[in-house]
Amino acid sequence: MTAFQLAAPAWMIVPIILPLIAGLFCFLFNRRIFAIALTAALANLLGVCILIYQLLFFGPMRCHMGGWQTPIGITLRTDGPALLMLLTTAITGLAVTLYARGYFSYRILNPRHAARHQQQQRYFWPLWMLLLTGLNGLFLSNDIFNLYVTLELIAISAASLAALSGKPASQLAAFRYLLVSLLGSLTYLLGVVFLYRSCGVLDLDLLQNLMQNAPGIRAALALMSIGLLLKTALFPLHFWLPPAHANALAPVSVILSALVVKGSFYLLFRFWFEVFTPIITTSALNFMGTLGAIAIVWGAIQAMRQPRLKLMVAYSTVSQLGYLFIAFPLTRIDGNIHIWGIVIFMAMAHACAKSAMFMVAGTVFLHLGHDRIKDLNGIRANLPITVFAYGIAGVSLMGLPPSGGFIAKWLLLSSALTSSQWWWALVIIVGSLLAMIYVFRVMSHFFVIPEDYAFTKPTPVSPLMEWPALALALISLLLGLAASWPLYILAQGNVVLAQIFPGGLP
Amino acid sequence: MITTLLYSMTGLILFAMGLFTLIIHSHPLRKILAVNVMSTGVFLILVAAAYKPLGLGKIDPVPHAMVLTGIVVSVSVTALALLLACRVQETSNLDLLERRKQEARPKESNQ
Amino acid sequence: MRTEEKIITRSRNRHKRLDAFQRILLLLVICLTTLLGSIIWTMPENPPGLADAVALMQEHSGVKSPVTAVLLNFRGYDTLLEVMVLLLAVIGAWSLAKAHFPQQEREANPVQMGVVRLLVPLMFLVAAYLVWQGSHLAGGAFQGGAILGAAGVLMLVTELPCLRAIPAHPLRIGLVLGPLIFVGVALFCLFLTGDLLGYPEETAGWLILLIEAGCAISIGLTLASLFAGGHPEDERPKNQEQAKGPCKGERP
Repeated sequence: MTAFQLAAPAWMIVPIILPLIAGLFCFLFNRRIFAIALTAALANLLGVCILIYQLLFFGPMRCHMGGWQTPIGITLRTDGPALLMLLTTAITGLAVTLYARGYFSYRILNPRHAARHQQQQRYFWPLWMLLLTGLNGLFLSNDIFNLYVTLELIAISAASLAALSGKPASQLAAFRYLLVSLLGSLTYLLGVVFLYRSCGVLDLDLLQNLMQNAPGIRAALALMSIGLLLKTALFPLHFWLPPAHANALAPVSVILSALVVKGSFYLLFRFWFEVFTPIITTSALNFMGTLGAIAIVWGAIQAMRQPRLKLMVAYSTVSQLGYLFIAFPLTRIDGNIHIWGIVIFMAMAHACAKSAMFMVAGTVFLHLGHDRIKDLNGIRANLPITVFAYGIAGVSLMGLPPSGGFIAKWLLLSSALTSSQWWWALVIIVGSLLAMIYVFRVMSHFFVIPEDYAFTKPTPVSPLMEWPALALALISLLLGLAASWPLYILAQGNVVLAQIFPGGLP
Repeated sequence: MITTLLYSMTGLILFAMGLFTLIIHSHPLRKILAVNVMSTGVFLILVAAAYKPLGLGKIDPVPHAMVLTGIVVSVSVTALALLLACRVQETSNLDLLERRKQEARPKESNQ
Repeated sequence: MRTEEKIITRSRNRHKRLDAFQRILLLLVICLTTLLGSIIWTMPENPPGLADAVALMQEHSGVKSPVTAVLLNFRGYDTLLEVMVLLLAVIGAWSLAKAHFPQQEREANPVQMGVVRLLVPLMFLVAAYLVWQGSHLAGGAFQGGAILGAAGVLMLVTELPCLRAIPAHPLRIGLVLGPLIFVGVALFCLFLTGDLLGYPEETAGWLILLIEAGCAISIGLTLASLFAGGHPEDERPKNQEQAKGPCKGERP
């Protein structure tokens, strides 16, 4: 079997190796950097589509790197959750690439800081391409130590990107961010050490077979989970997120908020619902759910109180991440059935909606020179498409039908009620109401046009900044109408999910 | 066996010391050093896991390779963190100077 | 001023006595360490591992040293990503600041120059030896690269005037060289055997040596660039031709 057959598992390396080469070239060359990055983003999307085709027709696959079989080699794998995360990353990544192009060319127009902005753009592309490499590697990897390396790849590139704007506030936030991710990775690595000493293997499949209720393994799970929770910014550990996300450049905020946080969350999800499932107790799941519930309410209240749009969107991320964790105790209806696929679907809907929202915030900031919410009056006259995108993304964040957010929350609600855990349902509803308040608070300013409003356009914003935001917002809306497709992909190679969604329809 | 245990415990204590310092101290340099001490602790435990007394089986090379990877990662992260800390220090000092100037200006005009 | 004094006295006091929060934290950390320590204590005497599995495949790896076999053959993909981590650190550092060089050129200290002349060629030799030795004993790209990096740091500390004039583009090529060779070999193997980094057994040793040599150069440059602390002088698009005068000065 050669590498070129469509059924060959070697296709799995495409989403990893292509952005990697693009990152090297972006660093090496001075010209046509954007063309390189755009080609890589497009090819990445194409590669992911081929992988999805493979999954649907040939089932889940394993790719042994270097041809070495598992215990000594590293394995990559494709299955429903991995591919759905890859698809989300590829789509959002393409939109961010286009948006960043528009963003930087708009800023370079300003002659005073052109050199500085050129400099920022020069380093944005290689950092972003290597971050994409790390994310794709993380979603595909099936080896706990390789996951550590990808986590570090993501941490370094994300922190460098967060510091890119050069403002003191953003650099301080980036420094904290780097330290926190470092602490998270080290705690994770300590967990890996415990696991290796207990089991003697690094491959996730082998670990799953060796899983037993030994103290070493339980300690490993606890350490790895704490490390990843720190990176995912669940409630008490979320302190670093709002400053880092709100002070970065707009395309960077999109990447950090929509994709980077999801990477570590995806790992938590893998560990809790696949590898370590036999040793996870109901009280542990309830604990995660409680933290998630507090995060939902706390994040939403903070979001309501923020004076600046980008900070509001950043706190909304804290709140929305809570929804991903409140799903943990709801995945065990009647003891053993897992409906965890919803969590991935929800992460997907949030990634699209949140990146659209951060793009809107960035466009507004660039257009007005500030993002104070109370001074945003009448912006809809100048940026109609952007405001439309904000509205649609808001619909998905609030969880109104027919958005992707609605389907996810509805599935969670019904699961909470059928398993008679009504208190989770209460939190979900309260969180949605609070989300409605903070989204509409901004919206009301967008639409109020003061008497003396001057309809001037200082510099027209590039269409590259407006349309990607709208496209992502529409995707988050359409996810609700076409929810059966992603859920069908999720069900591939998963016996339990396939029983729940036989035709793919929820 | 006692060797493995000794190294593991030392590593664990280093990790804990680093963690405590990282949280209570606010100076960036101390924080970076604390993280370095923590990573050294983890590597020590990892290497100890590979140890076998002479003649009692082969030494496991996989943890060695993992530690080597870890050290390289730790070096690069430390360098980046140090640079970032320098930048923060420079810019925040500049801020302080600016604020001083602005505070000083109204006083001068009053006089 | 007064607030600063307060901060200073507070930070002085901090060394003397811990406040309530710190005490609780200390207690927590001690409890955690004891817990983890007791878990390590109860772990089995002979921990399971991959030593036997690696030894079984050792002869197919093309190198004699088990660590090198794991690092560059069995888990070569890890190492590829790790080389990227190093490069990322440089890119991040270059995006933050410009490298610091003293403003005026000063007379080189004869002792320092002597040390550089004596040590740097020797360090290059040692680095090359370490890379070559990596195939059968302890050693390899990282060890060799570390020595090269140390040589670079030594030259930077001596403030050799030629370092100021190093143009950015060749430096970038040098930094990317190792990763590019690595990826190139990986893809070459993909077309040859159908596996990324799946070396053909008879040429594995040579391919690994090629990767190690390229990576050692890049790692050395990376470490030295990180020490220099920022991007070189002519990163700006509009740049003047560099002064290439005294670069030969390091040769006696």
